[in-house]
Amino acid sequence: MSTVQYTYDPKHLEASEPTKYKAADLTEEQMLINIGPQHPSTHGVLRFEVITDGEVVVDVVPHLGYLHRCFEKHAESMPFNQVIPYVDRLDYVGAMNNEHAYVMGVERMLGIENDIPKRTEYIRVLVAELNRMASHFVAIGTYGLDIGAVTPFLWMMRDREHILRMLEWVSGARMLYNYMWVGGLFYDLPVGFEERCKEFVTYLKPKLVETRDLLLNNKIYVERTANVGVLSRDLAINYGVTGPMLRASGLRFDLRRIDGYSVYPELDFEIPVGEGTVGTVGDCWDRTWVRYRECEESVKIIEQCLETLTKAHKRTRDYDPRAMVPKKIRPQAQDFYVRAENPKGELGFYFRTDGRNDVPVRCKARSCCFSNLSVIPEISRGVLIADFIAIVGSVDFVLGEVDR
Amino acid sequence: MTHTDIKSLIEAEFGASSVVDTIESATPKGLVVSVEKLQDVCLFLRDNEQTYFDSLSCLTAIDNGVEANTIEVNYNLYSIPYSVQLLLRVIVARNEEGAELPVIPTVSDVWKTAEWHEREAFDLVGITFEGHPDLRRILLPTDWNGHPLRKDYSTQEYYHGMKVDY
Repeated sequence: MSTVQYTYDPKHLEASEPTKYKAADLTEEQMLINIGPQHPSTHGVLRFEVITDGEVVVDVVPHLGYLHRCFEKHAESMPFNQVIPYVDRLDYVGAMNNEHAYVMGVERMLGIENDIPKRTEYIRVLVAELNRMASHFVAIGTYGLDIGAVTPFLWMMRDREHILRMLEWVSGARMLYNYMWVGGLFYDLPVGFEERCKEFVTYLKPKLVETRDLLLNNKIYVERTANVGVLSRDLAINYGVTGPMLRASGLRFDLRRIDGYSVYPELDFEIPVGEGTVGTVGDCWDRTWVRYRECEESVKIIEQCLETLTKAHKRTRDYDPRAMVPKKIRPQAQDFYVRAENPKGELGFYFRTDGRNDVPVRCKARSCCFSNLSVIPEISRGVLIADFIAIVGSVDFVLGEVDR
Repeated sequence: MTHTDIKSLIEAEFGASSVVDTIESATPKGLVVSVEKLQDVCLFLRDNEQTYFDSLSCLTAIDNGVEANTIEVNYNLYSIPYSVQLLLRVIVARNEEGAELPVIPTVSDVWKTAEWHEREAFDLVGITFEGHPDLRRILLPTDWNGHPLRKDYSTQEYYHGMKVDY
């Protein structure tokens, strides 16, 4: 016996996401072009409806939702600790940072954030900074690829591979770790990790300089990105743009410093901002430059963490990373907004709990890429299509986080 | 500047009825403002030189369920110059099944961040934002039925001939 699973109807072929501009809205010279959802320069499944006049972009309408996986609906139906794997899948190239923000929020709601052992916090910062570098490597590498430079992409992926293998050694997974738990960690660092990580830092430092010379100071690259897609500081703040994009527009705003969460107040690092070295403050070149500089700062943080993890808070027999993991996670009835600095900007979670249940009433993820992406139409009106691709690449969004 | 200071600041400007309540059980603490005064209060908080709430961190719409019969929107504001966080909340009545959606004035002309966040709230929770320049669904397909983050939501049976529940 067979059941009919699908019956054809011509209505099923109607587009479920129609274009905003209709043929009647366009003048004779204008043309509507869809870039995406399957286009390499959109870095995932994102569709831009671009209205062009010759080679000039008149307007851009982003269409999102192709990667919507109902994160908020899922989070409302399962206990806090079971959401962590879903949190990994928001910004899937910076999963450790997502976890860090999430577990920090739940720990603060429970009021146990001051009881977490220092070694746990240092390990969290160490792996989060490693992941931040991996995320920036993807951003810089694919950005080069977008505008025609293939070699930097291969080099960045090679260096990122070292980070992914180390994080695999730590957690068992290459990209989606589930390593940080509410109240602790999955495991202590594997034996020998600190030494291996030190070797990696020594290896990486000259490679970063190489990348800078190869890509960021390259004349063709500078010509393509300098003075393109200039985002002013006021506009960036008004659109809720955060992270390297906001810093490239000249505001020294980093939540690691402003909020001083985890052990970041004890660490020494700088916050790079865009200075308009080759063009205007807030152009595409500045955005990538800030990301590159942040990699250097992450290396500094990693060195300091390794120093602490091998001396002041070194591996001991009685250290139990799961000692503070609560059996039952049931925060009091409250509303809580937590935010943290992700590789791409401010990741926030808004929790509402009722105190009677292990699952939140509402868990909203404030995604940095979502707000960063919303500024694209504003800065790309009137540019050439080739520059539009350069602008889109410089924003560095991950669709997993935009669509959630 | 604490939320009670901001409360008296708003009340001095817009009268005692503009702030309905304070919210103590939240981090950051906040104020419940009246729906009619929402836009004015937001603009005032953004431009007042004592507050300068120049960025909207997060906008969360919450359905309180059929029993409470209310829907609320939470605005997490942040003042970069003063490094102060504040929660603003408006509460409106929930609509019956099939009736017009509840209406809240838009704040997208105060903070552009709200433009896409309000579209998301419209899409997932079902709130009409009055005066919004482009209120379309943002995450779900345009021809989807219902608003999934409603507490009484149930999925449609078929979407484009495909069974939704499996």
